[in-house]
Amino acid sequence: MSQQTVDSALDLALDGSVPPAGGSGRLQRRPWLGILASALRMTRTRIGLAIVVLILLVAVFGPLIAPYSPTEFVAPPNSPPSSDALFGADALGRDVWSRFLYGGLSVLWMSAAATLLGVVLGVTVGLVAAYSRNWVDDVLMRGNDVVLAFPQIILALLAVSALGAKLWLIVLIVGLTHAPRVARVIRGAAQEVVERDFVKAAEAVGEKRSRIIFGELLPNVTSPLLVELGLRMTYSIALVAAISFLGFGLQPPAADWGLMINENRLSITVQPWSVLLPVLAIGLLTVGTNLVTDGIARAAIGLDRKGH
Amino acid sequence: MRKMILQRLALGVLTLWLISLIVFAALLALPGDAATAILGREATPDRVAALRDQLNLDDSIVSQYLQWIGGVLSGSFGTSAATQEPVSELLSARVGNSAFLVLVAALVAIPLSIGLGVLMAMRRDRPVDHIGSTLSLVLAALPEFVIGIGLILLFATSVFQWFPAVSLIAPDQRAWDVPDVVVLPALTLVLAVVPYISRIMRGSMIEVLESEYVTMARLKGISEREVIWRHAVPNAIVPAIQVAALQLAWMAGGVVLVEFVFSYPGIGQALVGAVENRDMPVVQTVTILGAGIYVLLNLVADLLTILVTPKLRTSAR
Repeated sequence: MSQQTVDSALDLALDGSVPPAGGSGRLQRRPWLGILASALRMTRTRIGLAIVVLILLVAVFGPLIAPYSPTEFVAPPNSPPSSDALFGADALGRDVWSRFLYGGLSVLWMSAAATLLGVVLGVTVGLVAAYSRNWVDDVLMRGNDVVLAFPQIILALLAVSALGAKLWLIVLIVGLTHAPRVARVIRGAAQEVVERDFVKAAEAVGEKRSRIIFGELLPNVTSPLLVELGLRMTYSIALVAAISFLGFGLQPPAADWGLMINENRLSITVQPWSVLLPVLAIGLLTVGTNLVTDGIARAAIGLDRKGH
Repeated sequence: MRKMILQRLALGVLTLWLISLIVFAALLALPGDAATAILGREATPDRVAALRDQLNLDDSIVSQYLQWIGGVLSGSFGTSAATQEPVSELLSARVGNSAFLVLVAALVAIPLSIGLGVLMAMRRDRPVDHIGSTLSLVLAALPEFVIGIGLILLFATSVFQWFPAVSLIAPDQRAWDVPDVVVLPALTLVLAVVPYISRIMRGSMIEVLESEYVTMARLKGISEREVIWRHAVPNAIVPAIQVAALQLAWMAGGVVLVEFVFSYPGIGQALVGAVENRDMPVVQTVTILGAGIYVLLNLVADLLTILVTPKLRTSAR
């Protein structure tokens, strides 16, 4: 049930896996700052960042410039674009442009929260498993495999069918299903670190387990951690948007990109804008986060220095 | 090797058992009385009593679980709470449709991505390689429903009208009777998995092309075509096969969204409908089928790795 050999190298389509500490081998006080700095020198990272910032601006400040309220009826259903409604009206006659400007924030905060939850949980499990090297490791990894055995969307739907379409539940499930994927990568990276002398030294002077795990191991797995943060953000956006596209996220009459696609997909032939705008925004956002993540991963491996 | 294979099989069975506990627990997680929660507004005392009886809710939890898992193992998955039909009857045609969709997608995606990987490796760092890498980075990031809707806009509605936007299949038909409706859903799945398989193939092909035996073969004057297809590809294909199995497993979840996008009558679409209606017997059946296939394909990927890796094949006999 394992795919240790592929992991984030597979997710990112890179030729090598990300080493535990920074790629340069040079000792740095804050290796992650160095990685981010060299990532930012790459064109792909800059393009990705520009896209992400653009979508963020739309989602955060969009409501301020929206011409109508997202629930106001402004034109006959599925009207084409006109001077009154820039991108026409949706299947119920509401302004597509205004609903688009209002609808981005929910996807963003939910995916950010789910990513944070998944990475914090996954890093903790991965480090504890790597450090314990006994039955605790076995139990944690077995638990991991069980969660990994469900395709993420199916586990989310199982939870929604039992407990109902609640936003906290979606954040919780998306985060929970990320955790074992993060844990596997972090455990792999930390297993090398555990064998190093400074960990033995810390044990010899009687440091507490928690201090060794979070004070000695954690700072040495920052590179894979940064990459995981980016990867899980991309997948969180896709999953959260997908769940609300299926109709199990925000409920009508809320303005939400996923829900907009769901509500208007049957009238796509007469009014494509009400589907196209949110689809474009979600697609651009995931491509943007993936470009940034790819830049970070390349910087962490040291590809930028080899002149690739 | 036998010990390793038996170990993997045992772990697979253990994982399946733990999965069955989680899927069963979903029924216990329903707020309040499970039968009332499932029936919702239609909860007349008669129907609640009938459903309680069907789900064995008056027995102890252990006996409920045993009766449910016994049914699953013998292929009787209970009765749909929404339509009163047996779940197996409700799903049988849909299982075939979904399997056909995944099969078509796999038959196109696997050879295509192997070919693309080889091509990118042979043209390493040249325009074809760069375009391929960029495209795969973009496609890998896009959610499958975004790809699907993009294809609908492009090939079914706004630009060209080559294929139907909605995959209608009459109840007495199967997906293979109406191949038109399979094209776009299958293409969506293909576009979602090709980036992953082709990049792994590219990476491992580059490694093999730099190896000594390929240099040796070239020095012996064997034609380049034979070097590539007889010596390099068979060795480079191993990691790609493993990733292909994992991507097939991923499709068990991916079809849910793709089928919903195209209203394709498969088990994924049935799952979404069942979640809407809180039809727990259907939800549980599809979930356990999906997870079962996923575990099985992961197991196949693991076993393939053991079988084709000489170091693992010969050690630990």
